Amino acid sequence: MGSILRKVALPIFLIGVAAIMGIAWAPALLCGTVDSMRDDLGTWYKWDLRGERPTLTVGNIRQYLEGSIEGQFAPAAHVRFGHSTAVAFAYVLWPLQFRITRDVLAVVGVVGFVSLFAMFAIWWERKVAARMQSRLGPMRVGGWHGWAQSLADGLKLLQKEDIFIEGADRPLFRMAAYVAFVPALGLFIALPFSAAWIARDLDVGLIFIFAMFGVGVLGVLIAGWASNNKWSMFGAMREACQMISYEIPLGFALLVPIMTVGTLRLTTIGDLQSGGFQTWLAFRNPFLLAAALLFFIAALASCKRAPFDLPEAESELVAGFHTEYSGFRWALFFFAEYAEMFAAGALAAILFFGAWHSPLPAAWGESWRHGPLWQQALHGVVFSGPLWLIGKGIFFVYVQMWLRWTLPRIRLDQVMYACVQVMLPLAMLVLLANTFWEWLVPSRSVLGMAANAVCTAVGAVAVLAIIGISIYGFVNRRRLVGTLVVKHLPGA
Amino acid sequence: MTAQEIVDILKQRFPAAVADAAVEGLHPCVAVTPEAWHDVALFLRDDPRVAMNMLRCISGVDLHPEAEIDLFYELIAMRAPGGTARQEPRPPPSADIWQNGGTIAIRVRLPRDNPHVRSVADVWPTADWHEREAFDLLGVTFDGHPDPRRILCPDDWIGHPLRKDYEFPKEYDSIPAAAAGAASSE
Amino acid sequence: MSDTDIHSQREAPPGTAPAAARELRTEEMLVNMGPQHPSTHGVLRLMLRTDGELILEAIPHIGYLHRCAEKIGENVTPVQFVPMTDRLDYLTGMNNNHGFSLAVEKLCGLEVPERGHYIRVIMCELNRIASHLVSFGCYGMDIGAFTPFLYGFREREYILDLFEATCGARLTYNYLTIGGASLDLPEGFVERLAWFLDYFEPKIDEYNNLLSFNYIFIKRTANVGVISAADALAYGLTGPCLRGSGVKWDLRRCVPYEIYDRFEFDIPVGVPGGNAGIPPEVVVGDSWSRYYVRMLEMKQSVRILRQCLKQLAGGEFRAKVPRTLKLPAGEVYLEVEGVRGQLGFLVVGENKPIPRRVKIRGPSFCNLCIVPHVCRQVLLADVPAIVGSIDVVMGEVDR
Repeated sequence: MGSILRKVALPIFLIGVAAIMGIAWAPALLCGTVDSMRDDLGTWYKWDLRGERPTLTVGNIRQYLEGSIEGQFAPAAHVRFGHSTAVAFAYVLWPLQFRITRDVLAVVGVVGFVSLFAMFAIWWERKVAARMQSRLGPMRVGGWHGWAQSLADGLKLLQKEDIFIEGADRPLFRMAAYVAFVPALGLFIALPFSAAWIARDLDVGLIFIFAMFGVGVLGVLIAGWASNNKWSMFGAMREACQMISYEIPLGFALLVPIMTVGTLRLTTIGDLQSGGFQTWLAFRNPFLLAAALLFFIAALASCKRAPFDLPEAESELVAGFHTEYSGFRWALFFFAEYAEMFAAGALAAILFFGAWHSPLPAAWGESWRHGPLWQQALHGVVFSGPLWLIGKGIFFVYVQMWLRWTLPRIRLDQVMYACVQVMLPLAMLVLLANTFWEWLVPSRSVLGMAANAVCTAVGAVAVLAIIGISIYGFVNRRRLVGTLVVKHLPGA
Repeated sequence: MTAQEIVDILKQRFPAAVADAAVEGLHPCVAVTPEAWHDVALFLRDDPRVAMNMLRCISGVDLHPEAEIDLFYELIAMRAPGGTARQEPRPPPSADIWQNGGTIAIRVRLPRDNPHVRSVADVWPTADWHEREAFDLLGVTFDGHPDPRRILCPDDWIGHPLRKDYEFPKEYDSIPAAAAGAASSE
Repeated sequence: MSDTDIHSQREAPPGTAPAAARELRTEEMLVNMGPQHPSTHGVLRLMLRTDGELILEAIPHIGYLHRCAEKIGENVTPVQFVPMTDRLDYLTGMNNNHGFSLAVEKLCGLEVPERGHYIRVIMCELNRIASHLVSFGCYGMDIGAFTPFLYGFREREYILDLFEATCGARLTYNYLTIGGASLDLPEGFVERLAWFLDYFEPKIDEYNNLLSFNYIFIKRTANVGVISAADALAYGLTGPCLRGSGVKWDLRRCVPYEIYDRFEFDIPVGVPGGNAGIPPEVVVGDSWSRYYVRMLEMKQSVRILRQCLKQLAGGEFRAKVPRTLKLPAGEVYLEVEGVRGQLGFLVVGENKPIPRRVKIRGPSFCNLCIVPHVCRQVLLADVPAIVGSIDVVMGEVDR
């Protein structure tokens, strides 16, 4: 039984991933169907489309699906539904025309994504760390490379006792985990996975996300204070001063692309970079490239990842602010951390590295966007779609892990020094320089195009180098790393 | 510098304090009276001829049937190349190796009941912990010690375990401390 | 520099605060670091008096691992006590066995056969490498770098395999005993050791590149916890801690014992920054110097081991030792250069098989006593950096 399970584990895993993606995609598809149906029916019923659209009834939808109403987007003859199928679909589609339904779906999607991503990232971080340390990492649970390890850990954590230590401020202690977790979740509301895949397309999306990053600190602070533990206090204080300091260079680094594009709406910022690799904002001029770097470092500090992991510095503060937490409350802190890691990576991608667009110009695939389903899917994979944003986000998360398992931790005064004396002046300088650049150098001028070309070349070389090194490392993994377990000495 | 030379210097400077010396044998050792020990220690450290700049160890030995406790102070003189050990040593990286400037053990014999001796923690700071250990395990009191507490045993421990007539407690803090019938020290 | 403001605070005498700070009502906080703490290497408990992140005072409390080793020594014969020495500094069992055996041999006037000497040196130097590997890895971990820890343990595994093949144990060996070694080297040992040395030597440079010369690592450890040579001598520091302060003193060379006078090796010491590849931030006697001395010592141990393998003599590996060894009256105090410093044994005999007194001078015990002196006006994050660079093993401190 066990061996059979182990053999089918990988297919089950892959099917599961595909199913999750399908489930995630279906609501968006269905919402689009309902919208186009409304437009169609509007034309058919001669509704005034400039005013408030009337609500569709289940009957309208059924008739439409059966093909008894003709329209511009009406289903072709071969996909017309029978009566009973049409009724069933009508009941599914009907609620999707209401905003509240879509919001609920979005929230479910965000929570699901964050939980799944955190579980994946924890497992993946353990694998990354293990490979860097010439170990194997989790190998047992689930069969294929211990893919179910996080699931098992989560179940274990759920069963654990929820410990309150004596002298802890109970209400605050309970609240802290949620205060840390909810903003990390909340910022995904405004985080676009693509132009269409966004729960709420706020016109101040960036500010909202930035604010949510800031609120997360409060959870850590409360946790440290309420734990009645001096180590936790140290952790909380470190977190507070680190976060507050690094938000300033972070903000300045964010201002640079905002100044260039002139909007805070993330979907607009993303779609401005749809013209291929050279239109990605980071490659527009050298200052944006510098801003991207500054943003990434400041975001690293905000996510309290190594080498800025002072709030939980386990060799100094035991476990810092979550020393006294156990069970699921403790897990919530980790969920928040990984969610923030992904958000930081995704934000870097949206602002600087082409958002949800592939390096190919999206215009090349414009005709696929309105083609049949398979063309639409292929467009999402090749040109622009949520997969690209998630991929870029995961890449940046990987970079964060890579740094964590390579670098020692910085001391508090050095963290502050790096922020106040290095990053802040640099960020201000970059902002100032970018201001003059945007003012004096039109992007169509020779200088502007030359700068764009040079930065693009730098970026391209970096990307190719990463790909090349990865392939080289993978091909030569036996020689470079040696066996992953200690070989016996010759003759043993 | 050999042990004999050190003893000669000491005898010349402190004729009354230095009792007997056993410089031959495995453990070159000179006995010093407890009253004079602190002065001798200062002399041993500061005299440029001897310059015992490191106290290696303080060991107490309980001579139970006899009513005495011996304290052995193991001293060594480390000589910087091209200078005395008292200098602030800042040798360049190519400097030669430090030399062994002679070793000697000082034996201070104390009465077993109420052993008292002046602390040398102000002479060699390392004596601080060694003396605390001797106090903890053998019950030697060091007068003028900066921090006269037990070091290895808990603060409320009763007795001094390395005394030969020490009785093992049956329990400590209501935790059984020794198995029933465990032999006390012979 | 970032450190300037902190360093200027360090210079200020305790109790004096800048005028602005005096307005603010602040409180000092007592924090217990340990006995259960990730970076106290066992059960060391440091009582920290802190003013925010600044440590005003650190008071070590020890004794949590006290196992009455000396009392046991007074109740068993020396041969029975050898296994107990394994448990003092549990990372360097071989060196402890060796030191105690040498002391008893000196007291009883026993001669060790030629091959026994070489076996002892091989085992001690191997154990020195193994222990320094742990120290290197753990120090990286104290600073926040996890990965070197695993590398250190990976290499140590090879040494433990060699020990296991030799005596069957991987941690508490009871192998070097009174009169020589308890068993001969196993078949193929020499070839396997030679393979290991060839494999291991380039790794030291790799680890230096990985950790020792990492910019953050240097920033964290250089000029932190500076111990002057005079302080080091006064506080009885020995081993890498003393050499890190620039004192070129090594018992293997300065007061030769065993057969160390037959080998060529250097004594690495802490050197000021800017010299020969040493980062400019480094000050003699800081944490980085102490750490780096250990890295260099591993190279010297490899050198000694290579010479050992070349000179290794045949013949008996253990002298004939009487079944009941009577310890003659008198005392002997002998120190060997253990991994963490000078490991001393005072053995007092009284014409009986059981000694009157066994006193152990644990190098960690003496090295640790400088902590209150050094951990003053430093940051909280410096405490693991300092204590880690002193590299204590609590088994030896508490005995």
